[in-house]
Amino acid sequence: MPLQTAAPVTEDVAGADQEFLYTLNFGPQHPATHTTLRLILTLDGETIVKAVPDIGYLHSGFEKLGEDLDFNQYVTIVDRMNYISPFANECAWFTAVEKLIGIELTPRCKYIRTILAELARISDHLLCVGAAALDLGALTAFLYAFNAREKVYNIMESSAGQRFHPSYARVGGLMADISDDVVAQIRDFVKTFPKVLADIVRLLNRNRIFIDRTKGIGVLTKEEAINWSCSGPVARASGVVRDLRKDEPYLAYGDLQGAFKVVCGKGGDCYNRYLVRMGEMAESHKIIAAAVENIPAGPVNVDLNDKLTIPDKQATYRSIEGLIQHFELFMWNRRWETPVEEVYGANETANGELGYYVVADGGGKAFRARTRPPSFIHFAVFPLMMEGHQISDVPAVLGSLNIIAAELDR
Amino acid sequence: MALTNLLPDFLVAPLDYLANMARKNSLWPMPFATACCGIELMATASSRYDIARFGAEAMRFSPRQCDVMIVAGRVVMKMVPVMQRIWLQMPEPKWCISMGACASSGGVFDTYAVVQGIDRFIPVDVYVPGCPPRPEQLLRSIIDLQEKVQRTGTIDAREFASRTAYEGPTALAKELSPEEAIVAPGDYRTATRLRSLPMA
Amino acid sequence: MPYLDTLKAKFAGAFTTSEFRDNKRVLLSAEKAPTTLFPLLKCLKEECGFDMLAELGGVDYLNYPNATDRYCVVYGLTNTATGERVWVKAFANDPEPELPSVVELWKGADWMEREVYDMYGVRFVGHPDHRRILMPAEFVGYPLRKDYPLRGYGERHNFPTVTRAES
Repeated sequence: MPLQTAAPVTEDVAGADQEFLYTLNFGPQHPATHTTLRLILTLDGETIVKAVPDIGYLHSGFEKLGEDLDFNQYVTIVDRMNYISPFANECAWFTAVEKLIGIELTPRCKYIRTILAELARISDHLLCVGAAALDLGALTAFLYAFNAREKVYNIMESSAGQRFHPSYARVGGLMADISDDVVAQIRDFVKTFPKVLADIVRLLNRNRIFIDRTKGIGVLTKEEAINWSCSGPVARASGVVRDLRKDEPYLAYGDLQGAFKVVCGKGGDCYNRYLVRMGEMAESHKIIAAAVENIPAGPVNVDLNDKLTIPDKQATYRSIEGLIQHFELFMWNRRWETPVEEVYGANETANGELGYYVVADGGGKAFRARTRPPSFIHFAVFPLMMEGHQISDVPAVLGSLNIIAAELDR
Repeated sequence: MALTNLLPDFLVAPLDYLANMARKNSLWPMPFATACCGIELMATASSRYDIARFGAEAMRFSPRQCDVMIVAGRVVMKMVPVMQRIWLQMPEPKWCISMGACASSGGVFDTYAVVQGIDRFIPVDVYVPGCPPRPEQLLRSIIDLQEKVQRTGTIDAREFASRTAYEGPTALAKELSPEEAIVAPGDYRTATRLRSLPMA
Repeated sequence: MPYLDTLKAKFAGAFTTSEFRDNKRVLLSAEKAPTTLFPLLKCLKEECGFDMLAELGGVDYLNYPNATDRYCVVYGLTNTATGERVWVKAFANDPEPELPSVVELWKGADWMEREVYDMYGVRFVGHPDHRRILMPAEFVGYPLRKDYPLRGYGERHNFPTVTRAES
């Protein structure tokens, strides 16, 4: 391939023959895109006539790898999809896999996964809000948000050993149980987080510049949100009352129904999406506060005799059954026995409905691991939102959609 | 170039030293952040780790103002020409930090689209291991780069002029010619270590 | 499942159904899909209340146990009022895998159909902007097909190199 930046600009842009319009290339390396995506904007002065997104600058074959790695190995790849809330991706992946194999998790595992997934949601929304404010010129909220994110990183590191990509979940349970220290850290986070949220609210909610730049920008109506398959905060800000945590309760959300409400907006603009994210953080905080005091005792993995989970080191080295099972799960031709079937499992992650469509051929690997990526679907709406707005509104809309390139392109 | 050719050596050496002192303490990074490592790069720049302590906080997204390109995250087929263009747009002297396993070697993504190490396409000075590296590791790489600038830098970047050859890794599996390989009876194509089979 | 009665009344014999866990599926074989798929999805959207296309993805059933058709496009429909889901699977075969596009019904299908085309080479007849979306435009082959190797044919290293002296 010759040294060229990208494919030539499409010719069929509306009004390309009118000479007062001109074309602006935005990205793929641009500070407001956070990661890598490219827009070809047709401009009339400062007004956007048409925006054509060009994606694929981070397409790295995640789904092909899903057909090559087994269910436990693929968790490392799943982590790297929406890399600002990795644990939520793991939960979604294992929701699908465990539904396929037919595993009912232990109550303790459900609670721990719920708490960590909610922490991941908070960390995702914090980055989204902070970075959106940063793009609009408010640096302080970003620094406050990152300070709180470091606490979430610490909790992840204490429980899983890796601060960024925990790879903590396994088929039928978790890599290890959490320690009392982690519980103490989560309690501490529950205690200190409302102050962080209040700080950000004070900085942004009534900030004249922030409101001017977000209110009425990038409006998406309820009908459009449904027709364009939107989910999560983007759809809820437009008035679609749909949250998989309420509609199809998974993990421990069934028990915690009373602890949280679904946050919705009416306007469907960037400001509403910001408010929905802030509201969701407050609700996540309530879920964590309720769940951390109610973690059931008991084992974190399903029964060893089910031959589904990796035995711990004690069982592997000290008992013949444990050793055999360890071997069975790690030999490339054994692993899990799956039905020759396919199943879709989805979770409500920070960005929306993250689902996996897993096709199994009886072996321990997925025959097809299709991801339903919310970022991909939300970014498709971008040209619709952008038409008629100013070029300075591009960062505001991008920030409010929270496009994560690794999930966008996979 | 002309200046240092005319001056005697005993003047060139202190000039180099002064230039290196100035440069190493005010490296301006160009964050070429593509994926997960970009978030750790942001964490390094924000309050807890504070890259400003090492004089490298002036992130400029325009390559024409920067000294060091930090490639954070995997680089894929579609992105390689973009990366090379940005690298060529940076003025001399310039350095490159390859942050994370994906940028350095492809990491866990050994797939059809991901480049197995950016050093095949642009020169790299410091590699940072980790997936993603902790902010401390990135800070360490900045310190290492400062040391490299101090030891090898020159005032007019003449140390780069002679490096015209490819410095990246050799191919993962060398392609053997038919004379070098003993062909077992059967399919010729499977007996050689061809890295790329032609499209069927 | 009231939608099944509606479908049976309108498209008797054109589809089969199956079920696994909570996924209820409507299957369209490769012979029936080109003609039946669009009216069937339209009926589901307009008469049965499945107003959201939650998911659209491709599968390549090469060497899959008991598979008869090769490519499959999976449409996951959701009723946003009741939360009910239904899965429609439409099959297609070599050498010219083709299915009707549903962008007219759901705008959200636009990019997802382009992705299926990019990864599997299934053409969507009537799509307004039928181009590759993730891979470079000059790329040959369809990477998620089962006969395409994981590490590719070496395209990833087919670029010129910049040396240190060039700049």
